[in-house]
Amino acid sequence: MPRLSRENTELAREIIARYPRPRSALVPLLHLAQEQDGYVTDEAMEHIGELVGISPAEVLGTCSFYEMLKREPVGRYLVNVCTDISCMLLGGAELLEHAEETLDLKAGNTTADGLFTLEDVECQAACTEAPCLQVNYRYFTNMAPGALDQVLEDLRSGRLDDDVPAHGTLHRIRQHIPNDRAAGNALPEGGQEPAWMRGA
Amino acid sequence: MAPLAAADRIVSRRLDQADAHTIDGYERTGGYDGLKAALARPPQEIVDEVKTASLLGRGGAGFPCGVKWGFCPPGVWPRYVVVNGDESEPGTYKDRALMERDPHQVVEGALICAYAVGAAQVFLYVRGEMALAQERLAQALNDAYAKGYVGRDIAGSGFSCDVVLHWGAGAYIVGEETGLIESLEGNRGMPRLKPPFFPAAKGLYLQPTIVNNIETVSNLPWIVLNGGEKFAEKGAETSRGTRLFAVSGHVQRPGIYEVEFGVTTYRDLLFDPAYGGGIREGHQLKCFIPGGASAPWFFEEHLDLPLETGAIGKAGSMMGSGAVVVMDETTDAVRAAWRVVRFFANESCGKCTPCREGTNWLAKIMRRILDGYGRPSDLDLLRDVCDNISPGLAWPPRMTTICPLGPSAVSPILSTIDRFRDEYDAYIAAAEPAPTTVSIPVALRAGSVAGKEGVGA
Repeated sequence: MPRLSRENTELAREIIARYPRPRSALVPLLHLAQEQDGYVTDEAMEHIGELVGISPAEVLGTCSFYEMLKREPVGRYLVNVCTDISCMLLGGAELLEHAEETLDLKAGNTTADGLFTLEDVECQAACTEAPCLQVNYRYFTNMAPGALDQVLEDLRSGRLDDDVPAHGTLHRIRQHIPNDRAAGNALPEGGQEPAWMRGA
Repeated sequence: MAPLAAADRIVSRRLDQADAHTIDGYERTGGYDGLKAALARPPQEIVDEVKTASLLGRGGAGFPCGVKWGFCPPGVWPRYVVVNGDESEPGTYKDRALMERDPHQVVEGALICAYAVGAAQVFLYVRGEMALAQERLAQALNDAYAKGYVGRDIAGSGFSCDVVLHWGAGAYIVGEETGLIESLEGNRGMPRLKPPFFPAAKGLYLQPTIVNNIETVSNLPWIVLNGGEKFAEKGAETSRGTRLFAVSGHVQRPGIYEVEFGVTTYRDLLFDPAYGGGIREGHQLKCFIPGGASAPWFFEEHLDLPLETGAIGKAGSMMGSGAVVVMDETTDAVRAAWRVVRFFANESCGKCTPCREGTNWLAKIMRRILDGYGRPSDLDLLRDVCDNISPGLAWPPRMTTICPLGPSAVSPILSTIDRFRDEYDAYIAAAEPAPTTVSIPVALRAGSVAGKEGVGA
């Protein structure tokens, strides 16, 4: 069952090591689970709890707070149409309606072929390029109904595969702190005045 | 006020440079010179320089940055720096631009802050939905580590500090600094009570923590290189230097503009051809939100106010996150206000009852007015619920809540009831006589795959 793979477990350990306390890595690790399986499975949450040293219930407690962490499968493409104030003023609500008609579903649902999940979302910080939408957290701005249809068509045909990975993959460049350059964690216990502050 | 010349830009000066996000593009244009200059001076001098600059926090609350740095209790170690890149206030778009297009400036500013306050570790908290910003910062950090600008014994100075990229998972409330710290500790992002949990005293892992906004730290390299005095030459009164504003909505030229702080007016920002360029063709200004969705709304008579904290506070609103949302006469004020209220209802973390219950009731009442089920008593009811969240309905708001999210939902309601009462009355006059019980359509909310119910979506 989908616990974290060996490769992802290694990656998880690397992420955990960057924090003074392992639990701080929780949200990044839940993203990693979502990247692996498309959503966060119960088994992955158990595994993450083991890695971080907390109970599965505590993992769920954090996981369930955050909108992006899905605990059930969603479509390959999560289409998030912004209807918040700046987008609303320039047709965001109509854009969402159009998407609902085109995909033949209500926001919050997934197409039968499992390709698209449509959501009605809050501000995505592209207000000066309204109305906007995100597909798997990649921006499509200055949208109009025709442009939205084109985006959906391009996703269906695979023309946007390079730009838009499947749901779950967030950033494709990861931070790596080289051992020979790392300053090391500042542990909250027993800290001392840093060298450069002494005599300052 | 004449528009800011390109040469006078501070934080946004690299935004049009195509390769500014690369280490080569950044170094070629003076990148990391500010850090090197800072490391050659005692930390306290950097703190003083920032105090001289009168740099106000650019996240929303507008607290003086140098003063905040001074709040760390002496002798308590370690200290942390957390950079807040959780930009999510409706209308706000400037931190994302800085993270995507000039990520090294963020890293450099964060390191200068850490050096000045004596922090041994920095966390860059980037909003979950901003995949490209995360990629650009990850690449920037990898390159900066390789070049020796981050990590152990930076540039041979004895200053050692890791910068850790952290990313969220979708929660507006995490932009509030104590909610952000909770989230960074791996918890639900619910704000902490202040006092005692002022981050500078008891922040991350209950250690002294400086939480600064992306734009705030992006100013630091320039301030170190050019001096606080030069920064403070621009602007007026409390509001010095320059500042980014996102102008969106019904203007000819929506965009992110760096303007001289304190002296530029809203009229400049909305109408100057170098900025907003006026209301869209054939339409007139109806109202505008002067500083993010939390701010009370402004109107025609406020256009000549300078972008100065004191003046705008006195006029009953705030510059907040630098988001200006412009509405022309075609805008349905009730609908626009409802949409802002729905945001706060959706984003309430649920910790404080007046906010958890109140914002949702406000959204439901607004929605039923829009749906043609409004009652004559609804306007009093709205004000009453507002009063339970923000007693006295004053500005700045008093709160029955731990953080300002709940009281923020009050602003659009009061602004529109005061100014556009006729629009509410028209909805209510046209409403069907209400049956004793009204079924309010509760659509499944966006993101409801997990089975959560939202309000009036």
